[in-house]
Formats: sequence, structure tokens, C-alpha cells
Amino acid sequence: MIVEVGHFALVLALALALVQSVVPIWGAVRGDARAMALAGPISGGQFLFVAISFAALTWAHVVSDFSVVNVFENSHSTKPMIYKISGVWGNHEGSMLLWVAILALFGALVAWFGRNLPRTLRANVLGVQAWVAVAFYLFVLLTSNPFARFAEPPMEGRDLNPLLQDFGLAVHPPLLYLGYVGFSIAFSFAAAALIEGRIDAAWARWVRPWTLAAWVFLTLGIAMGSYWAYYELGWGGWWFWDPVENASLLPWLAGTALLHSAIVMEKRDGLKIWTILLAILAFSLSLLGTFLVRSGVLTSVHAFATDPARGVFILGILMLFVGGSLTLFAARAATLTKGGLFAPISREGSLVFNNLFLTAATATVFIGTLYPLALEAVTGGKISVGAPFFDMTFGPLMVPLLIALPVGPFLAWKRGDIAAVAQRLAVVLVLSIAATLVTWAIRGHAVLPALGVGLATWLMLGSLAEIAFRIKLFSQPAGALRRAVGLPRSAWGTMLGHFGVGVMLLGIVAESAWKIEQVLVMKPGDHVRIERFDVAFERSVPNSGPNWDEVIARFRVSDGTSNPPVIMEPSKRSYRTRSMPTTETAIETWGLFSQLYLAIGEAQGDGVAMRIYWKPLVLLIWIGTLIMSIGGVVSLTDRRLRVGAPTPRKAAAMALPAAAE
Amino acid sequence: MTLPRLAAALALGLALLTGPAAAVQPDEMLSDPKLEARARGLSGELRCLVCQNQSIDDSDAPLAKDLRLLVRDRIEKGDSDTQVLDYLVARYGEFVLLRPRFNAQTAILWTLPFAVLILGAAGIFVALRRRSARTGAVEAPLTAEEKARLDEILTREG
Repeated sequence: MIVEVGHFALVLALALALVQSVVPIWGAVRGDARAMALAGPISGGQFLFVAISFAALTWAHVVSDFSVVNVFENSHSTKPMIYKISGVWGNHEGSMLLWVAILALFGALVAWFGRNLPRTLRANVLGVQAWVAVAFYLFVLLTSNPFARFAEPPMEGRDLNPLLQDFGLAVHPPLLYLGYVGFSIAFSFAAAALIEGRIDAAWARWVRPWTLAAWVFLTLGIAMGSYWAYYELGWGGWWFWDPVENASLLPWLAGTALLHSAIVMEKRDGLKIWTILLAILAFSLSLLGTFLVRSGVLTSVHAFATDPARGVFILGILMLFVGGSLTLFAARAATLTKGGLFAPISREGSLVFNNLFLTAATATVFIGTLYPLALEAVTGGKISVGAPFFDMTFGPLMVPLLIALPVGPFLAWKRGDIAAVAQRLAVVLVLSIAATLVTWAIRGHAVLPALGVGLATWLMLGSLAEIAFRIKLFSQPAGALRRAVGLPRSAWGTMLGHFGVGVMLLGIVAESAWKIEQVLVMKPGDHVRIERFDVAFERSVPNSGPNWDEVIARFRVSDGTSNPPVIMEPSKRSYRTRSMPTTETAIETWGLFSQLYLAIGEAQGDGVAMRIYWKPLVLLIWIGTLIMSIGGVVSLTDRRLRVGAPTPRKAAAMALPAAAE
Repeated sequence: MTLPRLAAALALGLALLTGPAAAVQPDEMLSDPKLEARARGLSGELRCLVCQNQSIDDSDAPLAKDLRLLVRDRIEKGDSDTQVLDYLVARYGEFVLLRPRFNAQTAILWTLPFAVLILGAAGIFVALRRRSARTGAVEAPLTAEEKARLDEILTREG
């Protein structure tokens, strides 16, 4: 019964979305305030019904109702509760239900926080948001119904793919979807602006917090997926340029470009047309990602062709929204007024530079991901595009962007003084070169890693230097603290975001250049030395969990000092229902950021194949992304972005005389 | 009951494809560390043909193992890196290469990233030139003609 209520609630949400997709926009055209005002309560109702629907499916998973096909296929009565809940979105149907639930959540939030938006803009934004919602409700209901029942319910379920029974993958999809779907707001704002044919700096100020929030979630989601791959898949890699990963990187790159171009629009009323296009692009790439992952087209073109219903449906949605919005764009873009002028060397110029390289990088990932599919469809020729391709194309495109990154925030709007910036960054440059030389000298005279460390130093110190100069840390240290407190949050956000890029780069460079790998067969009693560690295989211990059995290999690791040895226990697990083996790695962190990584392979003779890695500074990769996300959150708390906030308090406003530069 | 069976088959297929990786096994490795390093390097360039975009260095599918052994066999027989790759392409086609070779079929793939960059830069350059040509230099003083027109506008508005 509850399951049927969930199904019915989803149909009601569709009905509400249909109303919302027509009435408010019609109201905006006719100037009918009541029709426009309807959008708010309807989007609230839509969210309520989707939430009921999602709760119903969750309930079915929690109580293991195997009469529901979706529960039968993805759950098991002995599965731990956390994975019964995460199993709701660990499958196609459930994850699409999560997708529409998040879409409805964002719609309701826009309605709530957007109460002080111009009436027609709010009506149009919510109307467009409802078009997207209608398309995806139909997709779920017609091709991916999670509420389908068996006539004769089976006794037990088939369990969830063991690789997905992991905390990392429990939180990865919701974060990723909050990012993907979050860009729908920027899209709806862009479409609404095009429909109205009017756009100004205030538009950018309304869109930026939503874009920023989506970007933060997407950053965290991608980082979480990468960390999951690192510890769960058992060969120590953290990014594979796999099409599924690329599908999430594409909207991230476009979203990052959008964040930066929206600054120009907000502060200088420039780059309007381009910003609108990026808003459309970011969400289109999110839709593309959904299509690539959900249609099965990546596994093989043939899998897609034999069961095309879902793929064709999403492809239809994709073409409808991308085609529709680009047509609207082509028709209306020329009517948008062009904004402020600026010299090539200026803050605007630096942000254009950022956008140029991020766009080229987006194009690179796009073509690298889709070219094999397109080629096979057109000529039948089969080629592969993998990590070596991206290393040769994406890598070089990132280098100029990263070199220029610390310079941008130092440049003045309209016309910057590059000589003055050079003077201010001179110390940072000297320190970065010193870091390069020291690395080169002590790390075996390898050039590229040394340059990488230099670039990371340049990024980190350059970001800090910008704040130091703004608060006059060195020239007038007396009032620096007061000025630091008075600095707008967005300045701190920028600093953290850019600093995080440097931290991540340092981790990437160190991990790629100086990881040590040992692959060998070990028997109980064997020792092996890796870096400064002595790794001793003590014995194997059988163990069992709620829905799996495992063999633990017990290792005693000492780091060559008087510190007590550490026990590390990698294991080989077999999940009973799917009789599928997984590798549970053992990872131990040394000196805050470096990790020793143990993974068991196949049994060989009376020993077992072991992979042992020393991963220097590897944690910095994810700490860097975390710092970037924190930067986004700090920026989000900036007073000027609090869309729904009441009038700023006087005291706060007075404390920040120079808040808006 | 065909749907669940299909789903199970898919899940099993997926499990085989993405199963835990052990990749290169100790008994496969060459005793000469120099040759082994070359073999590892080449393995990263070669696709495990039955996997989803994994290199044979990352995959523990049986085919990946065969290919790893094949690569090492060719290296031990004295093949250069290019000869090993040529040999594999002759047997399995271009599909086996994770870094596609530059030819008519892949020209767009290889040139597009840099074409976007160059065309974008050219577009920005032209747009900036055109705009500053239209309005003069960014902060150039007004010409006498512009000044007269400005006065005219201001008096009309005022």
C-alpha cells in the first residue's frame, strides 16, 4: 500500500509540474499577478509529493519488501541498514527518483529564497524549472518505474553490488546529483532571462549563489568518487579518465567557468551573453552526463541499441533542452546589451583568460569522451581514448591557466598594472623557484615533478599573498587583523578556492612522481621493505560479517623508528548472495598526508599476491578539493549573496565600509 | 521472470568487468627491472579489450593477463616499444591503443582541443579590437567631436 502511495504521489507531482510549467509563464506574459504567484505554492507541493514518493521507496528498502522489483534486485534482508538506505539510489530507478527529488527540492528552494526576485523573473524561472521536472517525471514513470511489483513475491533479494556497499558510494550519488541538478537553476535563470529579453548585473547576483552551491556539491561529489575508487578498487589509482568520471568532470569545468564569468557580469556588467551561454552549457553537460551514465551507451553501443527505450528518452530530453535553449539563445542573445569595456590586462581580461582555457579543457574532455562513440556510429571504426590522450591534451591546457591563476585577483578592474602585480608577486615567484630547485636537488634531478612542486607553491603562496596585501599584513601589521575581519567573505572564498587548487596539485605531483610500488607473493612470516617501512606478513585470519565472509591478512608494519609497530589488515571479501569477491584495502596514514596502501590479490601457491604502495602526500589531492569546497561555502556566506536575507543590519554594514570594492 | 534474470546477468557482467583489480601479478613480471619498467609503461597505453576503458595494467580480466604476458614476451624477444604496439595493433586493431594514433580518422580528435583554444583566443582578440576601434581606446580622452555630441545629449536630457 505504501509503495502504491509513493507511485501515486509521483504522478501527482507530475500533474503539479505540468501546471507549473504553463500557468506562471502565461501569467508573466499577461501580467497576471495571481497566475505568477501560483508558482511558489505549486513548487512547494511538487517537492512534498516527490518527498513522499522517495520516502515510500526508502521504506520499501528498509523493510526489505521483496515484492517490489527494485528492492528484490538491489537488496537483501541481511544487508546492513545503512546500505539498505543507500541502496535506494544505488540502482538506476532509485537514482532517477533521487534526481527528480533533488530537482523538486531546488525548485522549492528557489521559490522560497526568491520571494524578493522580480515577479516575472521568478515566475519564468519556476516555469522553466517545471519543464525540466515534467520531462524527468515522465522518464521515471514511463521507463524507470521504481515501484513495479511482482505478482508472486520472492522470498529473498539479490543484494546490492558489493562494490556499492560502502560509505563512500552511499554519499557520492546524492552529492553528485545536488551538483548536476543544481546547475538546472542557472539554466532556468538563463532561459527566463532570454524569454524576458532582459538581463542585468542583479541577475548575476541572483544566479551566483545557486551556481556556487551546485559547484560545491559537484566538487565534493567528484572528490568522494575519486577517493572511493582509490581505496575500494584496490590498485591505488584515483582518476582514470573513465567516461563516467568525465561525465561528471564536464559540468564541473563548465560550472567553474560560469562561476568566474558571472563575477564579471555582476561587478562590471560584462560578458553577459557568454555567461548566459555557459549557464545553458553547464546544465546541458549535466544532462549529457546523465544520458551517458544512465543509457548504457558507454558500456557498449550495442547494449544501448538492444534496450534503447531509456537511452532514447534521455537523448530526447537532452536534445529538447539543449536544442530549445540554444535556439532561444540564438534568437535573443543579440538583443542583450553589451557591457563594460576593459583592457586585455585587467581583472576582466584575466577572467576571460580563465574562461578560454576552461572552455578548451571542457572541449577536450568532451571530444575525448564522445569521439569513440561518434566515430563508431558514423564509420564503424573502433578506437579507444584513454588516460594517455588526456595527459597529452588536458594537461598542457591546464598549465597556463594555473600559472596565470595567482595573477588574476591582483589585477584591477578595467585596466590592470602588470608591473605592479609583478612587484607584489616577486617574493612568491622567488620562493616558488626556490621550491623547484630544492625539489630538483633532493628528489633525484627529475625536472617535471620539480616544476610541478614549484607551480603548486606558486598557487598556494600566490593566493595567500593576495589576502596579505589586501589586509596590508606586512606594510601596516597593526591594523591587519581588523582589516582581515572586515574583508568580504567572497575574498576569503577566492583565496581558499585557489589555495585548494595548489594543495591538490601538490598531492597529484607527489603521488604521480614519487609513489613506490611493490608487487610480490608473500607467505606468512615474509618481510618486505618499502620506502622506510618494514612490512611483515603475520598470518591469515578468517572472519565474517552480516552478508559476507572474508580472509584477513594480518600485517605488522614498523617505520624504522622506535614507534610501536602498526597492524594493517587488508582482506579479501566474498559477498554471499552474489558470490562476488572484493578487495578491502588497508590504508595507514603517516605524517598527516602520506599513506601506506596494502591490497591482497589472488592466492598463488601457498602464498598470496600482494600490492604494496607508498603514496607520498596522496591525501593532499582530496584535502585540496575539500579546501576548494570550503572556499565555495565561505563565499556563499558573503552578505551580498544572501538572496532571501532581510535588509542588512546597520551595524554590520558599517563594519564593512569597503566590502564592495 | 525474465527481467530479474536479465538484471542478474547484467550485474554479473558488470561484476566481471569492474571486479577487484589485482592487475599485474608477481609471476608475470620480468626479472630485468629495466624491461619490466618498459612493460609497465606500455601496459598503461593498451586497452583491456573486454573492459570498460581500463588499461591492461589496471585490469585483472584474463584477457588483460594474456596481453600483459604477450607484451613481455615481445619485449624479451627484443622488440622496441613501437614494434610491440605495431604488433598488437596488427592483431587487435587500433581499438587496443588508449592513445589513438594521429591519422585521418583521429585528426579532429587531436586537433580540436587546441583549435578551440586558438579560435577562442582569436575570437576574443577580434572582439576586443573591434570594440576598442568602435569606442576608441579604453580610457582615451574624448575627441572634440565626441565632446560636442556629449554636451548635446546632456543638454537635451537636462
